[in-house]
Amino acid sequence: MTLHDLVNHMPALPEVIVLLGACVVMLVDVQVKSEQRVASFRLAQAVLIAATAATLFVQWVDGPAKLYLFSGLFVSDALSNLLKLVCYASVWAALVYSRQYLLDRGLLRGEFITLLLFSLLGMMIMISASSFLTIYLGLELMSLCLYAMVALNRDSPLSTEAAMKYFVLGALSSGLLLYGMSMIYGATGSLSLTEVARVTSQLAGATSDRAFLAFGLVFVVAGLAFKIGVAPFHMWIPDVYHGAPTAVTLVIGSGPKVAAFAMAVRLLINGLPDLASDWQEMLAILALLSMAIGNITAIAQSNLKRMLAYSTIAHMGFMLLGLLSGVVGGNRLSVTDAYTAALFYVIVYVIMSVGAFGMLLYLSRKGFECENLDDLKGLSKTSPWYAFLMLVLMFSLAGIPPTAGFYAKLAVLSAAVTAGYLWLAVAAVVLSLVGAFYYLRIVKLMYFDEPKEGAVAPGHPEMRVLLSANGLLLLIFGIAPSMLMNVCFEVIKAL
Amino acid sequence: MASVPLLSLAIWVPILAGLAVLAAGGEGNARNQRWIALGGAVIGFLVTIPLYTKFDAQSAGFQFVERELWIERFNIFYHLGVDGISVLFVLLNSFITILVVIAGWSVIEKRVSQYYASFLIMSGMLNGVFSAMDALLFYVFFEATLIPMFIIIGVWGGPNRVYAAVKFFLYTLLGSLLMLVSMLYLYNKAGSSFAIADWHKLPLALNVQVLLFFGFLFAFAVKVPMWPVHTWLPDAHTEAPTGGSVVLAAILLKLGAYGFVRFTLPVLPDASRELAWMMIGLSLVAIAYIGLVTLVQTDMKRLIAYSSVSHMGFVTLGFFIMNAYGIEGALVQMISHGFVSAALFLCIGVLYDRMHSRAIADYGGVVNTMPRFAALMMLFAMANAGLPATSGFVGEFMVIMGAMKTSFWLAFVAATTLILGASYTLWMYKRVIFGDVANEHVGALKDLNPRELGVLVALAVATLFMGIYPVAFTEVMHAAVDDLLRHVALPKL
Repeated sequence: MTLHDLVNHMPALPEVIVLLGACVVMLVDVQVKSEQRVASFRLAQAVLIAATAATLFVQWVDGPAKLYLFSGLFVSDALSNLLKLVCYASVWAALVYSRQYLLDRGLLRGEFITLLLFSLLGMMIMISASSFLTIYLGLELMSLCLYAMVALNRDSPLSTEAAMKYFVLGALSSGLLLYGMSMIYGATGSLSLTEVARVTSQLAGATSDRAFLAFGLVFVVAGLAFKIGVAPFHMWIPDVYHGAPTAVTLVIGSGPKVAAFAMAVRLLINGLPDLASDWQEMLAILALLSMAIGNITAIAQSNLKRMLAYSTIAHMGFMLLGLLSGVVGGNRLSVTDAYTAALFYVIVYVIMSVGAFGMLLYLSRKGFECENLDDLKGLSKTSPWYAFLMLVLMFSLAGIPPTAGFYAKLAVLSAAVTAGYLWLAVAAVVLSLVGAFYYLRIVKLMYFDEPKEGAVAPGHPEMRVLLSANGLLLLIFGIAPSMLMNVCFEVIKAL
Repeated sequence: MASVPLLSLAIWVPILAGLAVLAAGGEGNARNQRWIALGGAVIGFLVTIPLYTKFDAQSAGFQFVERELWIERFNIFYHLGVDGISVLFVLLNSFITILVVIAGWSVIEKRVSQYYASFLIMSGMLNGVFSAMDALLFYVFFEATLIPMFIIIGVWGGPNRVYAAVKFFLYTLLGSLLMLVSMLYLYNKAGSSFAIADWHKLPLALNVQVLLFFGFLFAFAVKVPMWPVHTWLPDAHTEAPTGGSVVLAAILLKLGAYGFVRFTLPVLPDASRELAWMMIGLSLVAIAYIGLVTLVQTDMKRLIAYSSVSHMGFVTLGFFIMNAYGIEGALVQMISHGFVSAALFLCIGVLYDRMHSRAIADYGGVVNTMPRFAALMMLFAMANAGLPATSGFVGEFMVIMGAMKTSFWLAFVAATTLILGASYTLWMYKRVIFGDVANEHVGALKDLNPRELGVLVALAVATLFMGIYPVAFTEVMHAAVDDLLRHVALPKL
């Protein structure tokens, strides 16, 4: 390999770092004797810092350019860099938030950290995939790590059951996705997304091929819907969120959403832009169903993790609103705004989701899981600061200004209205009112009710700082959303 | 003075003071927190005074304008300004905030810092609503006020507070979300602009206007509240602490009415004219029917709450008869109701703090033990009934005059309020204040302490001043109201 080759493969440096880092953590962890696993923990953090630096460096060198590597299997652009950074941040948060929780339960083992890093690698490959092959590779790498992590607590029947469900349904959805991909391959003769896009744009007139493509598209969208977790392919989410240890739920609820979003962008927007009128209709149905089922079912939940699971379903439905509002009757004028809205939504959602599960982890203690609504009772009396952060998180999830969640909703609603989906926007708004009820109930429990027990023992300082920053970030983006919005816009423009 | 961002100060001084109170935290030093809150409220009021003294009453345009790009992707500006209509509400709000802080001085004992912080932050946001010239900025402030009010009702309210707080929140949220969709539609139509001034010029087909009208109507009607979406108000009022009721009645209810003047009338003039019959009908129902409902209330706070609905019916009536008397009368009525309802809720608060009951039946003969209180409450009761020389008379009289220009029967129905209002207010007053001392609790009542006296006297002065010299208020709004009427008269199909 010459120096020239090395430089040319620079954009894959973050992946290389995470892969090597994960292997090193695995090897080092065998030697670590202490319960606390400080060495592995810090090493994992170092890997994340190195990967962040590498990604920033790649972005700095390449700017808005779009580079294809490994014969077009791998793409590096501004979108991939931004989404990778979000994934690093979410994994960092997962490490910091879950440390004490896992330690208290004897689950802080090398497996957790290693699997976490490997799943991160899977996400990164998905994000940078430019071929059906790499998409599938990344997806499976990520999913297999997650299946194992759900079952981390081997003695818990609930966790094991959740892992089984996750695995079986995950395999089924991968099958659907593969089936759809193979059909598109049959119609276009290529696995590369750029090639697929080129061929489909020329096929526009030929009806028989188009029907074939549309048939494949249905399966691809179904597979995607499974992975994103939108109704009616959402059945696994509540069980897995509920059954998995909260630390793992946090992981599932953050990075993989980003990766799934990236997968949707790569497959639908990069790969099949000429079928937009077909997949937009499908996404509209999925979005509406998710918002309805997610928000309405969440009301009936008394378990916080289940409630947040249904809330995820609703939020992903909202995010789809952005994706499906891009192309209007063949006119691509508002694509950038619409996809920017979806991207902004995903990032804000991940911040909220990480914060909400982080809060549950913070409030859990040895021998006590904070996972029922009643566990939050009177929090504003026992720890006013964390109650305030939770309040910000809940109002942000409900989309009330001045929090970031409001601008996320505003952006996607604006995109939907621009695209002429007025009825969808009105439905979304009414359903988000339904959603406001259960977020409000949490605020009510924290502020209006009397506490059941005393104050929570203050957690690790690192966690307290990060959790506070996490909550305040939503308020900061709520007062000055421009920063993040502009970044998202630039990224989508370079897509 | 032009260089001082007065409106920004009016918004941010209370909010920062609220944060300072929170930072002073802890149950131990409630005293400091109270003083910080009072300081913040007073400074917040002082900075709004130049808004009135330097206001150019001849100009119909917006004054004290500030404009900064805020969210460039959506072309949203941090755009503030007041015209003759909104400037008075900024002043009213800042004035009431001081009274609320004083009123809660010795009454609120639990979580003092959170109580004061909620009020101050809400006060800043309310100033933001009244001075926003960008629709989205308006919306952000409009919505954000829900959060502190939700907390205020839910934490410091009465026994049924949770139900009331949730009902209040969801009701108002439903309205505002539909407004958001309407705003997004207008934003699109106006070529990506949230500037309210751009929307004024925007031509819109009638059927579109009608749809948007209903989109906005929901948000504003719930806030006003108009019959039949008023049912949250009695619950929220009854369960809220005194300060909460005061702000709710004096300021929050004005948001909806203000929305009608700022958005519905000028942006959708044709739909407004087309649907005026409906609005007038709903207003008359509120005036007459809710007036009757008020008569049979047994709880003092509930009674005043229903009387608020009835009085706000006058406001919407004034707007939709669309002449200068009507609109100016409605605006005067809004300010006057701000003083009078605030005062009445404070009076009830005074009694409640002593007796812990709001039921009319528990009282009787209060005048024997609290003569000074009885005298002041008499004044406010009269103002509520619309007695000449009090502020209550001016607005109602102007609106009835305006209605008379449209139709005699309209004015006739509207004028029933003069009888109904007098009946329910004075009957309540009679049962509570006059007669023999009803029980030993009433016998043991102590008259007003200096703090309570000061607050009520301040409101009494305002009520009388407005009744005797209303020109001080109307002269400010003339130019802006004329301009508004020109907009409404202009078809924009």
